[in-house]
Amino acid sequence: MLDLNTKKIKKNAYRITKVRGETASRIRVPGGLLTAELLPLIQNIAQTYGNGKIHLTTRQGFEIPGIKYGDIDTVNALLQPIIEKLEINQEIPGKGYTSAGTRNVSACIGSNVCPFATYNTTNFAKRMEKEIFPNDLHFKVAFTGCANDCIKTRMHDFGIIGMTEPQYEKERCMGCQACVKACKKKSVDALSVENYRIVRNTEKCVGCGECVINCPTRAWTRSPETYYRLVIMGRTGKRNPRLAEDFLVWATEDAIIKIVKNTYSFVTNYIDRDAPGGKEHIGYIIDRTGFEEFKKWAMDGVELDSRTIVKNPVYWSGIHYV
Amino acid sequence: MGYQTTAAKMNTIFADLSKDYLIYAPKRYVGDGTFVHIDTIRYGEITDLSEIEFAEKSNYSFKEVLLPISETLFYFTENEMKEADAPKKGAIVFLRSCDLHGLKRMDTIYLENGAVDTYYKRLRDNTKFILMGCESSFENCFCVSMGTQTSDDYDAYLKVTGETVLVDSHWDALDAALAGATPASVIPDSVTANETVVTIPETVPQTLFDDPFWEDYGNRCIACGRCNFVCPTCTCFTMQDIFYTDNGKAGERRRVWASCHIDGYTDMAGGHAFRNDKGQRMRFKVLHKVNDYKRRFGTHMCIGCGRCDDVCPEYISFANCINKLNTLVNDTAKEEN
Repeated sequence: MLDLNTKKIKKNAYRITKVRGETASRIRVPGGLLTAELLPLIQNIAQTYGNGKIHLTTRQGFEIPGIKYGDIDTVNALLQPIIEKLEINQEIPGKGYTSAGTRNVSACIGSNVCPFATYNTTNFAKRMEKEIFPNDLHFKVAFTGCANDCIKTRMHDFGIIGMTEPQYEKERCMGCQACVKACKKKSVDALSVENYRIVRNTEKCVGCGECVINCPTRAWTRSPETYYRLVIMGRTGKRNPRLAEDFLVWATEDAIIKIVKNTYSFVTNYIDRDAPGGKEHIGYIIDRTGFEEFKKWAMDGVELDSRTIVKNPVYWSGIHYV
Repeated sequence: MGYQTTAAKMNTIFADLSKDYLIYAPKRYVGDGTFVHIDTIRYGEITDLSEIEFAEKSNYSFKEVLLPISETLFYFTENEMKEADAPKKGAIVFLRSCDLHGLKRMDTIYLENGAVDTYYKRLRDNTKFILMGCESSFENCFCVSMGTQTSDDYDAYLKVTGETVLVDSHWDALDAALAGATPASVIPDSVTANETVVTIPETVPQTLFDDPFWEDYGNRCIACGRCNFVCPTCTCFTMQDIFYTDNGKAGERRRVWASCHIDGYTDMAGGHAFRNDKGQRMRFKVLHKVNDYKRRFGTHMCIGCGRCDDVCPEYISFANCINKLNTLVNDTAKEEN
């Protein structure tokens, strides 16, 4: 006879599944990168306490289905080395994950591998995870290395897209126009030629770095600082799925961390107390309070770089089913 | 004369020489590579020996010191023109043995191939060359195959080991500055073998110019020109006439590096280009480096530094191309017999 507190189970990162008597454990992997030594530990849980299968979640974690509710404490003990190795903040050691609301912070492969990346997405994702987890509030944050946005940050509450500010040393340019062609065909056509040298339209440039990648003489290089485009309040779902819109452009790492943390205070203050399961997407809260109120909370104490552009107001569109 | 001295002493000597010379050496430019968090090693001005990157091969050669990527030749307005001033100071260039052989190729092209190029000559005449030794071969080097692994044609050789500096000087001014230093027998470090070995065909019959062999490169090459720009023996340039935007009656003529792999190299008046196929561009470059140049000047143009193989984003190997070409030439000769 099962007598369960489903709210506590869900908060412990186990799912109430459609199969009576069986739960599923969700393993967080911030930034989507782990060392291979952890795989046998996950395999062991799946084969000993699950049904032998592992689902790769949409947020780059693992979900182990087919676990009996009675085995949760044992599985939590087996999760401990994984939690420690991935340096997940934990309130009570040995008790598994102590929140599930704030989702795994995901990231594209970034500069570890990808030639297009402008920064180490995994490291920034791990820093963000450290700052915001554990928390019961429903936040989705994702990091992508460049404007290609392979992780689809624009479907997240907070999406962070890497940018570099191209530096042009005109004396190293012989005018081959590889940058111009790459920018026109692969990016936003922000480069033009004047007297055989390149003029960058700073209004259009998205900081993707295609000019740098394609320059054969190092006339184009990256800025020492990495910048980010912070896009906000994208979402899927039943009522009004929509893409995230630009909030900050040419923003810094510290400003982004601060804004995300500030948003937790905003949500705590304005969340619908009657929301089913106590869960309301941030975007719908902003729809209710208005962008100005969100901005007031989000920007509290945020120090902006002189280059940072703040979009004000931000309008979203998407598909409206209600 | 050979000497043993200290890094501090050498830095003092270079500080003194810097009154008359700009000192160029391979330097590490942190984060300036093609991809993020990747460095570039290329030539730049130095004021201290510690700035020199001795441990790795430079991605770009020294040639930009004598042949700037972009160089203003003269200024013009209405009916008058003025030649651009030469740099006020001479230059001291740190480079490896293979690159010193590359210097000979540049000299051949700019000083001995018809009219003397005055812009090259005025830089060249005021440049001193300091050899950097190679204790071991780098990836893709094939200097031994090209016979460029040693060179005596230097103004000085310098080996820095911590605070100790060994010098072999062929330069009076340096001998004078080092008077009083401990005499030493100094022989430049050089390699005797490379992992990459290249066999060059004695002659390449003209019938192979249109051989399907080149088609593979036509499919692989993206015409970015990196192989040309990193090569110490690629000496092609083109001209750019600039009319200043504020006053169209005044302007300047610049010469800039050109690449036989990049679109536009063979463009002629009327729009015709006679080497559109990238495989044919590869054929033109390869046979210039190891066939045509030798017929004309007696040595191969390629000096085996392997920078083209280091840099190609499509992993096209020039060295392997020559070896495959050698096999093709031998097979063709057998068929004809």
